[in-house]
Amino acid sequence: MTVRIQEADFDTAREIAALSKGRTDIGAVVSFSGICRGSEGGGSIASLTLEHYPEMAEAEIMRHAETAMSRWPLLGLSVIHRVGRIHPGENIVLVVTASQHRQAAFQAAEFLMDYLKTSAPFWKREEGTAGAAWVEARSHDDAAAARWTKS
Amino acid sequence: MKVKYFAWVRERIGKSEETIEPPATVRTVDDLIGWLAQRGETYAYAFETPRVIRAAIDHAHVKPDTMIAGAREIAFFPPMTGG
Repeated sequence: MTVRIQEADFDTAREIAALSKGRTDIGAVVSFSGICRGSEGGGSIASLTLEHYPEMAEAEIMRHAETAMSRWPLLGLSVIHRVGRIHPGENIVLVVTASQHRQAAFQAAEFLMDYLKTSAPFWKREEGTAGAAWVEARSHDDAAAARWTKS
Repeated sequence: MKVKYFAWVRERIGKSEETIEPPATVRTVDDLIGWLAQRGETYAYAFETPRVIRAAIDHAHVKPDTMIAGAREIAFFPPMTGG
């Protein structure tokens, strides 16, 4: 299990390879990449600045990673979240999950992303043609995270 | 206790952290928000809509009615927008 918070970019292919290299028990790897868009709601975005609460962000991601490991039969898990200034087209976040069969990897990756959105202490500030503004939380992200607590 | 502020809460207050000593009548997270909001214009602005403010005690999310006794670090911030 790998959890990293860093300013530097990461190499998605290398992270995927690192998780499955030399193993023959893994039959499925799912990766999700969150990438900075160049526009939002009609306005163009020049850059994003991600602020975070370092001690809590790490603890919160770790807690959800452990929940995912206990809830699904995962054979590997990596979460990388960038902070600082990020430009359109650049990576923001990566979640990679590995398991014997695809369902566990797909579901765990989605679970982790839903919780990263709503409970990991990161905040995006958009700088664009219309000035700079903090990104507002979306209610559909709360709804997406809430469905994992049902049933 | 130490308080930390993030994102627009930090910007509105104009500082990222400080040490405070609220009176004993301030018992819950909600009480603390009310007490902080009365410390000046910048605080009043930051906490003008208490229901949108999220809080964490010692790096764990807490609800407004959580007791603050024994807390070493309390953080206030807007809803999170990472990922």
